[in-house]
Amino acid sequence: MKTVALSEVAKTIRSKNAGTDKITFDIIFKEQGTYEQIKSSKTINRKKLANLYNIEEEQITDFVEYDPANAIKFTIRRFAPSGDPGEGDIFGSQQYPPLLDIQVPYNH
Amino acid sequence: MLYSTKSERGIIMKEQLRIVCPNGHLGFAPTKEESFKIAAATKPDYYCCDSGSDDIGATALGADRSVSMRKWQKHDLELMLLAAREQNVPMLVGSAGDSGSNSRVDLYIELIKEIAAEHNLPPFKIGYFYSEVDKEELKNRMDHNVVVEGLDERPALTKEDVDKTERIVGVAGVHPYIKALDMGADVVIGGRSSDCAIFAAPAIREGFPEAQSYYLGKVLECASFCAEPYGAKESVVGTVTKDDVKVTAMHPNQRCTIASVAGHAMYERANPNYEYVAGGMLDMTNCEYEQYDEKTTRVTGMKFVPVEGKVKVKLEGSGKNGEKYIGIAGVRDPYTIKNIDKVIEMAEQQVEEEFKGSDYKISFRVFGKNGVMGDLEPVKEIKSHELCIIVEGIAETHEEAEALTLYGTRQIFYARLPEVKGTAGTAAFIVDDVLPATASYSWTMNHTIPVDNPLDLFDVRTSNIGELVKS
Repeated sequence: MKTVALSEVAKTIRSKNAGTDKITFDIIFKEQGTYEQIKSSKTINRKKLANLYNIEEEQITDFVEYDPANAIKFTIRRFAPSGDPGEGDIFGSQQYPPLLDIQVPYNH
Repeated sequence: MLYSTKSERGIIMKEQLRIVCPNGHLGFAPTKEESFKIAAATKPDYYCCDSGSDDIGATALGADRSVSMRKWQKHDLELMLLAAREQNVPMLVGSAGDSGSNSRVDLYIELIKEIAAEHNLPPFKIGYFYSEVDKEELKNRMDHNVVVEGLDERPALTKEDVDKTERIVGVAGVHPYIKALDMGADVVIGGRSSDCAIFAAPAIREGFPEAQSYYLGKVLECASFCAEPYGAKESVVGTVTKDDVKVTAMHPNQRCTIASVAGHAMYERANPNYEYVAGGMLDMTNCEYEQYDEKTTRVTGMKFVPVEGKVKVKLEGSGKNGEKYIGIAGVRDPYTIKNIDKVIEMAEQQVEEEFKGSDYKISFRVFGKNGVMGDLEPVKEIKSHELCIIVEGIAETHEEAEALTLYGTRQIFYARLPEVKGTAGTAAFIVDDVLPATASYSWTMNHTIPVDNPLDLFDVRTSNIGELVKS
């Protein structure tokens, strides 16, 4: 099966604070077909995400396949609350780029 | 038949209610005027806007300051106030001045007075409430067996947590807004509030179901973030009926699509299906989205689950870590770049020796390596031909923080790796001193407190603005 980078088939890939203690990631697909294909392939899963970010799986507090928006969403617990000494991304808005290159199945 | 039913409060029930949201965070960057004017021309029933967030870190709340320019805040308040007063419809602003602390509510009241005087507006009534929670009062409640539960896996609050806290705000639900409107307020300035409550309050007060009302708030709170293509600070209009919510983009080039509106449900939430407010939870699991017209998406199927037992109010607290300075060092030497971790380690060791026994925090973030992501960064190999190291030094006094940060930054300059050809200095400086920053604060509270009455922590008041005309 052909694979492509997630960035080629997703419309939005973003990260942002979810409250003071978590960062949430949204992957929103352009087309429902692509979303369904990637969702059923289980290519994006807790284990892969934990490996990618070098964290324990337990640090991923939520993993949701959200059909109304053709989206996959997950949330991680921060090492320290937003804006703590040494925390470099107060808004959590620049933590998504490693997702861009995830290889996902793509049949068109 | 039109206008035939009355809400529980005796208000004649409209078939629909339309609310303009001009900006996802009032004053954070100025509202775009073109789409606001298009929205105002549709003659909405209310103008509502959220002005704050815990997104901005704990500093604004702790240091009791805004992170936005007064000029931008005034600009946005002026747009809303002039339109709302001209059309004689209410205007509601929540989480005033970024943190929603008492001083920020006072600032917004002052700005409203200023704008009213400058434009010679006819008299109107302003309603407002404060959100700050007194530390002693909170400890007193804890003494009476009130458990302040932690959110997001935080443990229950202790008195030590309270002592570490500089300032606390309770996050208001719809209740103080409804009260202010009941008291006849034309303009409401709220302390810290749930974003969606600012929009849900007028809808609930006018008799619309809670589910649709809270969803209306949820979808409107970030203004044009629920529209596409991406464009911030543009107005959107939300329409609530007893059955559905419709959201319409106002900018000529933006549309609210199924994807943009459904996608927005996920924004800044750990889970896209649930939104918690003081008094219950909005369940969006079975929401259905349809394209109603070119610029409008219609949403149905939302549910509201009222809280069982006492209403719980979220508390946010900010505590001071110390004064802060920032140092900046650039590195261009390729061998040093390859061994940057050793350089940082050497600097850290030097700092440890020099400041042994004193209470300090120092961090070195290497931009060009993992400055943005820190430990989450999967890229291990440095490909940059130059690096920037930001040194963040925190200590009790300004003087100590300056000394700490300066010492840490200078140690990068003096770091000696055996193979380096250049021996005159390991860093390039833009300034040879370090830069003072606002003091460092941390979130000490992300908790909820049960209350007997949802208005318990929020004292609602009104006053008249402008001279009443004498008869």
